[in-house]
Amino acid sequence: MLPPAPVLVTTAGGVLLVLSIALPVAGILLAFAFGERYVRQVAFTVMPAGLAIAAAVLVLLPRSDGHLVYLLGAWPPPLGVALRADGLSAVMLATTAVVICAVAIFAATDFRPQAAEARAPFALWILLLAIWGALNTIFVGGDLFSLYVALELLTFAAVPLVSLDGRAETLRAALRYLLFALLGSVLYLLGTALLYGLYGTLDIVLLSHRVSAESGVLIAAALMTSGLLAKTALFPLHLWLPPAHAGAPAAASAMLSGLVVKGSFFILVRLWFDAMPGLPGLAAAQLLATLGAGAIVFGSVVALRQERLKLLIAYSTLAQIGYLFLMFPLAFGASGKLENDQALAGGLLQAVSHATAKAAMFMAAGSIYAGLGHDRITGLRGVARALPLSVLAFAIGGIALMGVQPSGASLAKELLLQETARTGQWWWALVLQAAGMFTTAYVVLVLSHALAPSDQSIALVGRAPLGRDLAALALALCSLLLGLLPWNSYLPVRYGPTSSLFGIDALPKLLLPVLGGAALAILLSPWPHPLGSSAAWKALIRVAGPLRRGCLGLSSLVVSGDDVLRQWSAAGISLLLVALLLAALMFAAS
Amino acid sequence: MSAVTVFGLCAAAAVGLGLYGLIANPQPLRKIIAFNLLGSGVFLLFGIVGRRGAAAAFGNDPVPQALVITGVVVAFSATALAIALLLRLFQIAGSTTLDGPAPASPPSDPSGG
Repeated sequence: MLPPAPVLVTTAGGVLLVLSIALPVAGILLAFAFGERYVRQVAFTVMPAGLAIAAAVLVLLPRSDGHLVYLLGAWPPPLGVALRADGLSAVMLATTAVVICAVAIFAATDFRPQAAEARAPFALWILLLAIWGALNTIFVGGDLFSLYVALELLTFAAVPLVSLDGRAETLRAALRYLLFALLGSVLYLLGTALLYGLYGTLDIVLLSHRVSAESGVLIAAALMTSGLLAKTALFPLHLWLPPAHAGAPAAASAMLSGLVVKGSFFILVRLWFDAMPGLPGLAAAQLLATLGAGAIVFGSVVALRQERLKLLIAYSTLAQIGYLFLMFPLAFGASGKLENDQALAGGLLQAVSHATAKAAMFMAAGSIYAGLGHDRITGLRGVARALPLSVLAFAIGGIALMGVQPSGASLAKELLLQETARTGQWWWALVLQAAGMFTTAYVVLVLSHALAPSDQSIALVGRAPLGRDLAALALALCSLLLGLLPWNSYLPVRYGPTSSLFGIDALPKLLLPVLGGAALAILLSPWPHPLGSSAAWKALIRVAGPLRRGCLGLSSLVVSGDDVLRQWSAAGISLLLVALLLAALMFAAS
Repeated sequence: MSAVTVFGLCAAAAVGLGLYGLIANPQPLRKIIAFNLLGSGVFLLFGIVGRRGAAAAFGNDPVPQALVITGVVVAFSATALAIALLLRLFQIAGSTTLDGPAPASPPSDPSGG
């Protein structure tokens, strides 16, 4: 597929792209001007307008041939800066708007103006708008340097979210995150310098016409890719992610995991698919997907051993990030070039469904924490009766993530599985199935604790307002119903979304991950189950005992491996190794 | 050896030293300084790119200079944010090591989690 001819004029509706960036920034400025007392009013004025802009982009895009362009100051590239939106940007803009609004409704009851830490709520609202603005800039940015600036803005907005409560551990986590993210972004900037030196432009469309497989380009691609991987927290570069989530408020975690890591992932997609589609990257893409497969196994196994619900969800994010990278080797067409086709659609759908489902799960976990005063998984017994809506939101989010029809994750999995069959890379089909089982495993683990009947009613230390649970529930339902939306106008999805929805052949697709996941949960979770004293459980343990002990031994090895990999020096060396390997693989292929 | 080559080697050296410092040095303040050194190397590289534009019959290529200015602002903000976090950490914890215990669940935060 040839890259599209560069559109060097502003199209009708292009001004929407400017508005999508300017609106959140205006909200921030107004919030500072009006001060703490009116920050919520400002935020809740900006939200509907932002939703309307995202909706308008979705409506206008199919009518204007799938591209919206705005040239800043009417200067055409390479001298000027262009803002562009295509189907991918439109989908991500809409997802971001929906998730941000849900998080805002959740946080409106969480961060009251009269909370103890006076400045934390104010900061949260400002940072929420800042993240929105930075993400929108990433989605519509048309040249690699604008993307760099937007990426840095995103980091600067995300880092303070980690340390909102101001304790020493969270400050430490924020500093680790900031320094590692800076390392990643400097590598990205180094790559852009090399590219500018070679081609005299950083505009993505112009680059896609000029790039050829020269040595400088390969080095730049390896540097930029590994820098972005560090920001996305792909295994083994995930040192900042678990501590960042451990102490952050639920609303902050929902944004960090649902949205912030998608920003750098989106730039990576732009880089590989749009800026340099002609690179000899099949081997490098296999490396990316291998790291993704490692992330799935590693993140899931560590998630199953977590004591706290929140850290379980954080490690499951690590696994889900890995899932996003499985699309790279599947996207290579017969010509040996990356194609903007089904595999990319599947990967992006997975990103969208993960953004909605994971934000909902973090918010539900926050409500459970607020209700119980703790979030130990073993102490969740009976919580389903005490906090039914929170548990329901968590369950629906988890079910959507497992890939039960008609969720977005199931459609994404279907698309990726078709591509594995088309390209003959059967091993990635195995990884995809295993990923589904692992996801099911930790969802089943939590639900089996939460749904276990309890003799005495639990004493709740506080009760979350209804609005919080409804926000989480709405977002989870969004994720569950994503597969029913008409994606064809924005993403190249050839798969009929409603076919075989409730047919008999959907049953094995459902049963296989559920059974596998339950088996994995039993084998890999070290916690005693609330029904552990029942006869059936004892009989099961007697049969599976030696196997379970072996699996637990292995998984404790994985956990100590995780501790080593999250050391600063180990992560730094891994980053350099990933960059070197990527470059070597591309040089070998060219 | 032309001036461009000398500057290029200097940029490479600054990037290498910065990378080493950022990865190998355990102290956060030195990491921040190493990040600045690394950034300076990259900015120098942008400058060289502009000079090469000058060789191709332009007066000088202005775009890399604009990029460097923006990059310097971004690096400055990053440094300021990192220093602010570091100062706050020192005020609260009395030390600035990054390898503390993992954050436990917030003890006095009834609505977070």
